[in-house]
Amino acid sequence: MEFFRLKKDIPFMTYARSTAILSAVTFALAIFFLITRGLNFSVEFTGGTVIELHYPAAVGPAAVQSTLVTAGFGDSEVQNFGTASDILVRLPLQPGVSSAQMSESVLKTLRAKQPDIEMRRVEFIGPQVGRELVTDGAIALALVCAGIMLYLAFRFEWRFAVAAIIANMHDVVIILGFFAFFRWEFSLTVLAAVLSVLGYSVNESVVVFDRIRENFRKFRKAGVADIINNAITATMSRTIITHGCTQLVVTSMLFFGGATLHNFALALTIGILFGIYSSVLVSSPIVLWLGATRAHFIKPEGTSPQGG
Amino acid sequence: MNRYPRWKYAVILAVLVLGLLYSLPNLFPAVPAVQISSANARAEVNSGVMDRVEKALQQDSIPVLGIASEGGSIKVRLEGPEAQLRARDVLQTLLGDDYVVALNLLSASPPWLARIGALPMYLGLDLRGGVYFLMQVDMQTALDKQLDRRIGDVRAVLKDAKVPVAGVAHEGQSLVVKFKDGDTRSLGADALKKGIRDMGVVQLDENRLSLSPNLQALKSFQDQALQQNVLTLRNRVNELGVAEPIIQQQGADRVVVQLPGVQDTAKAKDILGRTASLEIRMVDEEHADGPSLAAAQKGLYPPGDDFYTGNRDGQPLLIRKQIILTGENISNAAAGFNSQTNEPVVNVSLDTRGSKIFASVTRENVGKRMAILLIEKGKGEVVTAPVIHQVIEGGQVQISGSFTIKSANDVALLLRAGALAAPMEIIEERTIGPSLGADNIAKGMHSVLWGFVAIAVFMSIYYRVIGLFSTLALGANVLFLVALLSLLQATLTLPGIAAIALTVGMAIDANVLINERIREELRLGQTPQAAIFAGYQRAFATILDSNVTNFIAGVALIAFGSGPVKGFAVVLCLGILTSMFSAILVSRAMVNLTYGRQRRLAKIAI
Repeated sequence: MEFFRLKKDIPFMTYARSTAILSAVTFALAIFFLITRGLNFSVEFTGGTVIELHYPAAVGPAAVQSTLVTAGFGDSEVQNFGTASDILVRLPLQPGVSSAQMSESVLKTLRAKQPDIEMRRVEFIGPQVGRELVTDGAIALALVCAGIMLYLAFRFEWRFAVAAIIANMHDVVIILGFFAFFRWEFSLTVLAAVLSVLGYSVNESVVVFDRIRENFRKFRKAGVADIINNAITATMSRTIITHGCTQLVVTSMLFFGGATLHNFALALTIGILFGIYSSVLVSSPIVLWLGATRAHFIKPEGTSPQGG
Repeated sequence: MNRYPRWKYAVILAVLVLGLLYSLPNLFPAVPAVQISSANARAEVNSGVMDRVEKALQQDSIPVLGIASEGGSIKVRLEGPEAQLRARDVLQTLLGDDYVVALNLLSASPPWLARIGALPMYLGLDLRGGVYFLMQVDMQTALDKQLDRRIGDVRAVLKDAKVPVAGVAHEGQSLVVKFKDGDTRSLGADALKKGIRDMGVVQLDENRLSLSPNLQALKSFQDQALQQNVLTLRNRVNELGVAEPIIQQQGADRVVVQLPGVQDTAKAKDILGRTASLEIRMVDEEHADGPSLAAAQKGLYPPGDDFYTGNRDGQPLLIRKQIILTGENISNAAAGFNSQTNEPVVNVSLDTRGSKIFASVTRENVGKRMAILLIEKGKGEVVTAPVIHQVIEGGQVQISGSFTIKSANDVALLLRAGALAAPMEIIEERTIGPSLGADNIAKGMHSVLWGFVAIAVFMSIYYRVIGLFSTLALGANVLFLVALLSLLQATLTLPGIAAIALTVGMAIDANVLINERIREELRLGQTPQAAIFAGYQRAFATILDSNVTNFIAGVALIAFGSGPVKGFAVVLCLGILTSMFSAILVSRAMVNLTYGRQRRLAKIAI
């Protein structure tokens, strides 16, 4: 069985202008939503208390909320979590009240009405911890970018490093844009997903670059655009199948992983889809525009690493 | 060209067998168990305790699956939760407060697996339920308290040097000493530089000096304060009866407390947050005879006394209510040896005020006993009750008694740690109920399983026989990853399971690259053997490249990720390493075994 038996190279580079515009628009939209709507940060980043409760039967968040409001937790936020009988209560940080007292009194209040509530999870994050997680996350992001760029610059050429990182930042910003637009909760696990998308989708660019280098050696007379077109066409089958396989697992997480892994899998799904697109139609045109030529690849024998 | 030498097959086979062996314990279900460990310095978990436990369980005819002594604790595996509860009650009454008898779940894997170090994966709190606290030590308050205590020292030094002083005050991070004039100020500076070595003396103006702790003293004070807090917390956690508590320092001023399996968080918070104090009081020697103590046991004793049982020798004692000194006056305590008898002792240093009081008290009470008490929640415990042999001046106290090296160390630590050195505040809390933990495991495992099945079906159809080999290699990768995680005892969390799933999805990339290359070479008219060879060889550089970029992301996450992110990244990085081996070598070995021997191979199923 084979999905892709392409006789001719697809002239991807001639579409470059239109895809660039498309990318620019999506990117701009993502930034717009990030600024106007902002990310819906989880308690891990903002600080506060989260309580997950399991009711014996389906329960409406409004009823739970009104119980809490009458008991003095006016700024609580209540929603169903995963199933109709699971409830998630969010409480903002309150100066002077310890986490211990807060979660206990919430539980007591709700149990007074319905004694057989099961406590599933309590999370309390103090303000300083939240701030640290934000900085640590930002540092990790910067470090991953720098590390990947350095590696690519060392392994290929700076033009490739720049192209790959632009393509990947494009993916990351778009994932964040989705999270901002839909107000999906951005938690630590989602951050982990975003960062692993960064490492994962850069692969895609690496595979195409590898092929471009090989083609430069093989086809001495072809133009740069043709060489890139051929490289993309030749690796397309692998691109689709690999990402398809990863997506199979991610879809499995989306269905079976429960509420905790749901947003993680969502971030990966968006990352994988845009990863395919950006590695083919964002990073390669950038390489072209940055003026990569044969001379950048065919270094004197012995110094260039053997491409695969 | 597609043949491996025998040794290569042997190595791959050996690695596979090891992988199987070390992931095996994960297949056994967890059974209810009771875990016995010592709660304090007095109790030791030894074979004697084990015999008593065994006999007691036999007597009450509680069916036991196995008893083992591992890492300083006795683990008793039992048939069901009912037997577990009964066993706990029986053993707690048998062993008393000196031992922690905790409920636990232990793997039912055969003992020979544990003997070769094959243990099930270590599950994080989000998978097995429990409480996690991150506590911040308030160093500023501790330092302030410490500086307040030093005011007395400063005054004493200046008094000894006969330098008149106008005032000593605690201002900000330092002590400010006021003198009448420049002459006394310079005399005072000399005396202080000599008398107080761990503080820097700086002249503020004509009449004033400022003393602040030097960096080294500051650091050692912080370290000690943190160490004390960790020890105090450990003592308190023992009361909760937790099987495998983790209490450790994190960074310069934080303590992590992890209590797997604890459900009563309110009690846990209460116990962790309590304050304890040390008191030194005199033993009532007038009522230390047998009849008086026997009467005291029935509740009849003088109103000025308190009755205590269970000091180190298990002797009951009547102790006077009047407090001579509190733990505030103990500046340090360390285990050591008596220079003459060479027996283990505990050396205690008192601060200036403490030394003076101690000198006068010991002068009047030679030959009598004094008791050191640990008071927690209004309940006291006699740590030790040594006899005063001579007048003790200068604040250096040596406590001797029937110490072993270990118990001397423990008492020293207890004296240092009886109370929290610095106040602590919970800045992060995660409580996971047991049902959520079990749910998380099931959900994570289903994600991995169905993801794997989907890939296996697709690969076997799309690449036929070679695809089947890729699937088997992918299976080997999961095996290696689980074995490695079990071997390293790295904490597996739900994001960690997500990383296993993701590894499955990403590791197949290497085989897709190889298989696509083989197809391509076949299309170009290569013979099947040459195509296989070229496919593996040419794909290698690409596989390496893509794994390196993934690895970079993983390492950055390990370095800067916290909690769930770190667990995710560790598994991801390990998965990348194992996938390099399985995708390239294991799949190649299968291809070579199948196709490599056929000299005239006309077709391969890809």
